Parts: sequence; C-alpha cells; structure tokens
Amino acid sequence: MLIPHPLLGPRDAQEFTYLGDAALLNRPDPASGTAAFCDYVYLRDNPAGTHRELWYHEYGDRSWLLVTRDTLSHEILDVRLAREVKTGGTA
Amino acid sequence: MRFSGFKVVKEALTGHRGWKPLWRDPAPQTHYDIIIVGGGGHGLATAYHLAATFGQARIAVLEKGWLGGGNIGRNTTIIRSNYLLPGNEPFYEFSMKLWESMEQALNFNAMVSQRGILNLCHTDAQRDAFRRRGNAMLLAGADAELLDRDGVRAMAPFLNFDNARFPIKGGLLQRRAGTARHDGVAWGYARAADQRGVDILQNCEVTGFRIENGTVKGVETSRGYIGAGKVGVAVAGSSGRVMQMAGMRLPIESHVLQAFVSEGLKPVIPGVITFGAGHFYVSQSDKGGLVFGGDIDGYNSYAQRGNLPVVEDVAEGGMALMPMIGRARLLRMWGGVMDMSMDGSPILDRTDVDGLFFNGGWCYGGFKATPASGYCFAHLLATGRPHETAAAYRLDRFARGHVIDEKGVGAQPNLH
Repeated sequence: MLIPHPLLGPRDAQEFTYLGDAALLNRPDPASGTAAFCDYVYLRDNPAGTHRELWYHEYGDRSWLLVTRDTLSHEILDVRLAREVKTGGTA
Repeated sequence: MRFSGFKVVKEALTGHRGWKPLWRDPAPQTHYDIIIVGGGGHGLATAYHLAATFGQARIAVLEKGWLGGGNIGRNTTIIRSNYLLPGNEPFYEFSMKLWESMEQALNFNAMVSQRGILNLCHTDAQRDAFRRRGNAMLLAGADAELLDRDGVRAMAPFLNFDNARFPIKGGLLQRRAGTARHDGVAWGYARAADQRGVDILQNCEVTGFRIENGTVKGVETSRGYIGAGKVGVAVAGSSGRVMQMAGMRLPIESHVLQAFVSEGLKPVIPGVITFGAGHFYVSQSDKGGLVFGGDIDGYNSYAQRGNLPVVEDVAEGGMALMPMIGRARLLRMWGGVMDMSMDGSPILDRTDVDGLFFNGGWCYGGFKATPASGYCFAHLLATGRPHETAAAYRLDRFARGHVIDEKGVGAQPNLH
C-alpha cells in the first residue's frame, strides 16, 4: 500500500505506524466526565467503507497524517497533514 | 441418520445410496422464540446448546451467505487453553473440556486431535513468564509443562536452536491442546442443531432490527421480516456493521488476519509450534500441508484479503524458527476479518436493548472458543445470567476499568 504524503509524495505504508480512527483528534474537555472519556478511549464507529484515520510517518519525516481510506478496498481517497486539520469538528 | 462404523460398512456394501443431507433447508417462519444472527461456529454452537443443553425450542440461525463461509472456515484450526488471566483461563479451559467431548455429543467426526501446542521461549525472562503462565493454567485445571532446551529438541529437532539473536531456551507445552477440522466443527454443530429442530436459514442477511420501546421485536432480513422473542448476534468480524443497525458503537475495530498453507508434505511437525520472538505459528494438517500464520495487517479493514508486508514478515518468522520451511512451496494464502477488541478479550453480554444479546470481539482467538462460546451464550440467552466462566466478558468492563488485557498494551486493537 502506498500512502501519498502531502509533502513527500507516495511513500510505502511500511514507513508508517497506524494509530486508528481520526476521532482520536477530538479529545473531550477534561471537565466533561468519565462517560465522555470512556467513549473517546474505547468506542469506535468502525465503518465498512470510508474511514478517516491517523498514520504516523515514523521512518520518514515524523509527521502525523490524516488519511481517508476505504476499509473494503484499501483505496486511499485523501491525505492531509494532521496538524493542519481543525479539531473539534466532524472528525 | 446416525453416523457409526456399522453405517459406513452398510453404505459401502449398498452403493452409498443412503447418505442424506446433513441439515434441512427450511423456509423462514414468521416468528421464533430465539434468533441467532450469524451461522458460523459460534452461532451454530449457540443454537445447538440452546436446544440440547438448555431445552429451548423455536430457534433459528440466520446466515447471510453459506454456512461456515466466514471465519470458521478461515482460521488455522488451533485449539488450546494456555491463557494467563483469571478472566480468561477458566473459560478457555471450559472450552478445551468441551472439545474433548463434543464429537461424541454431536455424533460427528470433527477430527479433534490433541497433538499439543509448544510455545517457545528465547530469553530467561520469557521462561519466567511462561512458568507463571503455566502455573496459572494449572490453577485453572488445565495442563502445562515447562520444557528445557533438551526437551524441546527431543520433540522438534529441526528447529533453529542456535539462532544468534533468538536461541531457543525452552518451551511451554500443553499436551491437551491441538487442532480440529474447522469446517467439520461448523457442520457438526449445524447437523446436531438441525436434528433438534433448529431452523438454519442460509442466504438470509439481516438488514435491520425492529426495536420498539427499547425492546427488540424481530429482524428485517433479505428474506422478509422475522419476529423474535430474543435475538443473539454472533457475527465476529462484522460486529461493527451489524450492531450499528441497532444503534450501538462497540469497543471493537475490524482488522484482517492472513493465514497460509503449503503443499502437502510427509509428517514433520509433531503438534502446534509457536515462535516466541516474533509472531509466527505453525502446525501440519492431516493432509500434510503446513498451516501457518502471524500478525494482523495492523489497520482497519473489512477486506477479506491482506497485503504483502505481512506475508514477508510471516515468511521471515518461519525462516528464523525452522529454516527447512524455506524448501516448502506455498499453496494458498487467505484473509479473514477479525473483531479486534480494545483489550484483546471477547464480549459476551446483554445490550441496552431488551432481548438483544451480543457475542463478539474474539480477536484472532475465536476458533478455540467455539464450544464454550456457544455454551455460555446459550446460557446467557436462556437464563438471562452470564455463565460463571464468562462472567468477566461484560460490555461495560471498559467503563468500569476491569479490562482483560493479556498483552497489557491498552486500548490499541492493532497491537493485541
């Protein structure tokens, strides 16, 4: 699988480590209570189809990428730098 | 139709005209007392135990494809009970005991073969951890033996004992573990359930749940609406997709796991052998093929096929452990979709919807659990209470902080 890095071009997925659903960008407010954090840490949408997810370019420029990928076909639909993504939105 | 040696001889002498299909192909009724979603090993075992052990009637199993076409037909057929944690080990030992009696109970040859599993250790620290694990197994009533280097060499002289990085120091052996014919397990449970009146409905995909006032009333399917008193979902791999239809989010991600089989070879591997320094395990089927596998691919996937980097990783593990495997030619490789849960352990519980029960999150260890999963899920469906060996597998254990994390890696499903 090749991941089209926004700065470096297509890179082998082997250079990356995978974290999971991009919803992890939206950490709840510390005052929002245990239930909200339990949801954040443990529950996932786990869709069959388009999935927004976080990949870390560990053997590269060490940037975090937000990759939109189809979990049925492994087709990569969109890649952007996670630092340029506004959190708290629809992620 | 009962299978026996006498029956085989009789059919051989009369032209094999007396064999019948193993189960019926009934039309769906309008209402069942209990509907099991998912005609894999766990769903069929649940239906069998509901009818045979808990005396329930009017049961249906709904399967979207053909019976046994999912993970029950895709795994590497290993059965074992060599877990560490108190929430897990009694359950898997219960499963191991059910494996030992299931063929007689089902009157079906599932080719259960207790040829042993040997987990290799490569450092002193790993040997200490295995000693602890073996003691935990003994405390739960399972069997365990710690082998030294010579003991391992006597069993498997072909291993690479003097690998510079990962010399073999010994191993943890469970002699009662082994393998079983995975398709045979599905067929055996299906036949035994069918004989006890369970309707097995294939090509019947659940497309939605009918839930009124917080109580499940039935399921919408590709073959029409079917009413139900209780619904049990056992669709590991697709749990996210199915439970989403009931409005639930789960502590589960779906990942793909690959498996491999070589061409048929003369008997060479005595049981199941696992590499302790990488993720690689291997056994030999009765047909002679080396059956082996390794890690999951590591990112969310519903594709029943994997990618090449993991193939390379598995091949490297095999070559490090037993260099002679390099001479075997690969016959097939395939993938299956796993419910990877947030602590690496399964979930067997009721849900917030009355009458809707969930069985899933088996990660890549579901096959060995098939008999106990069926028994305990049937217990839960029939009595409303969890079975004593499955009491820790609650859905709310994450919120309560009572996770069962054998590897201790936290809420990171691709690392379990």
